[in-house]
Amino acid sequence: MADGKKSGGMSQLSEQVQASQAWGSIFRPGSIFRKGYSDSPRNRSYVIMNSVLYHLHPVKVKRHAVKVSYTLCLGGLSFFLFILLTVTGIFLMFFYRPTAAQAWEDIQILQTAVGFGLLVRNMHRWAAHLMVLSVFLHMARVFYHGAYKPPREFNWVIGVMLLQFTLLLSFTGYLLPWDQLALWAVTVGTNMMGFTPVFGEQVRFVLLGGVEIGTDTLLRWYTLHVLMLPFVLVIFLAIHFWRVRKDGGISGPL
Amino acid sequence: MTEIPEHLRKRAEAAKAKAKAAAGGDTPAADAPSADAAGGTAPAGDEKIPSHLLDRGTAAADMPAIPAGASAVPAGGSGPDGHNQRLLTVVKSGSIQDTRAMPVDKVHVWPHLLVAEFLAALVITLFTLLFSIFVNAPLLELADFNKTPNPSKAPWYFLGLQELLTMFHPMVAGVTIPGIGLFLLIMAPYIDKNPSKRPEDRKFAISLMTIHLMFWSVLVMIGSFFRGPGFNFVFPWNAGLFFEL
Repeated sequence: MADGKKSGGMSQLSEQVQASQAWGSIFRPGSIFRKGYSDSPRNRSYVIMNSVLYHLHPVKVKRHAVKVSYTLCLGGLSFFLFILLTVTGIFLMFFYRPTAAQAWEDIQILQTAVGFGLLVRNMHRWAAHLMVLSVFLHMARVFYHGAYKPPREFNWVIGVMLLQFTLLLSFTGYLLPWDQLALWAVTVGTNMMGFTPVFGEQVRFVLLGGVEIGTDTLLRWYTLHVLMLPFVLVIFLAIHFWRVRKDGGISGPL
Repeated sequence: MTEIPEHLRKRAEAAKAKAKAAAGGDTPAADAPSADAAGGTAPAGDEKIPSHLLDRGTAAADMPAIPAGASAVPAGGSGPDGHNQRLLTVVKSGSIQDTRAMPVDKVHVWPHLLVAEFLAALVITLFTLLFSIFVNAPLLELADFNKTPNPSKAPWYFLGLQELLTMFHPMVAGVTIPGIGLFLLIMAPYIDKNPSKRPEDRKFAISLMTIHLMFWSVLVMIGSFFRGPGFNFVFPWNAGLFFEL
């Protein structure tokens, strides 16, 4: 008896909510959250058409484009790993100060005294390596399918840039723990960049924020890692995704 | 022939059946007086067509029976057989319209693509989570400028470059070779003019890329697993592993 009364109240409440101006302002006319969803071709279209997903996906794609054996999901996985890295990275930022005196200790404390600190740092690290791998494999997949051929030439160029940004993001993150592994890996890496012809010394100086790796380098790479490179990467990602659709969806079957 | 989608075909059939049922309801009523069909439909038409137009129409219909030059012929028909349209040209549908010879077979993004994407995201999250529960990210002791680890290694994806450093002058290994490699990679679509995407037509491109990828993979492997103290060549099963991720 009490149950029936309660559920009646609930359905009345949900009707009132769905008829309210607030609800109508949140969900577009035609949204499945306004009029409910039953499986029909029209509603399948509405799911995409009346949601933010319409920015990413068209309503329909070629049948072969959804075959996992064609794409191996590699591009999507790269993007998803980027999201995962952003989420875990924001968590890490709460507990980290990019100075030579505090960085290493902050991570030590994060791992031992912060709830889920160790787990989230592990996830950030492993997801980063996975992303480098998946972006690389995505490139190989696109090459072997000849998907860089007209009209997709320029999207390939953007893709190679994205691979480089991924490597740079990973490399700038490598220094941040400020342990022996970080310091000497980055020493090897930046020494190599110092051999750039003509202005090698200047390149190295700008990258290190000085003549040697130090606390200035840490601040510089931190800013690059958490702000500048993700910002640039997101812009290139947006162009990459937009071009995929404008160039006629993903490349055809072989 | 294009295959008509199931739901459209069903809708068309339903509409056809409905129209037939409606027509079936009308014709017995028209046939019942056993008058001719024209007599049955004409009274219905009378209500809507203005009388002066109807007069002109009947006059035109009677025209063949009336001798040529009779006053009943309307002024409109000036061409042969009373028609006043001329055929200027025939435009074939393919010449100005973009008609698709082969319809593209498409599926809805929801659910076909979104479900696959969601599952892939779920799987990779689970994998990362489980891996992170069981394997810890390395955190060595505090950075120390006075204590150079032996060997010092770059991150794994740069170990191919570090490997090249053992063979060439740093400017060649660290800048020239990767620079040229990257440039060629970016320029690939503009260098490779072969329009075909079929693997059997692009043996050269595929071989070249495979060699390129193998080259870097092998260098990274050697740098990762086969380089010990002093970055000297070692076998990991003898000297142990000198590799941190």
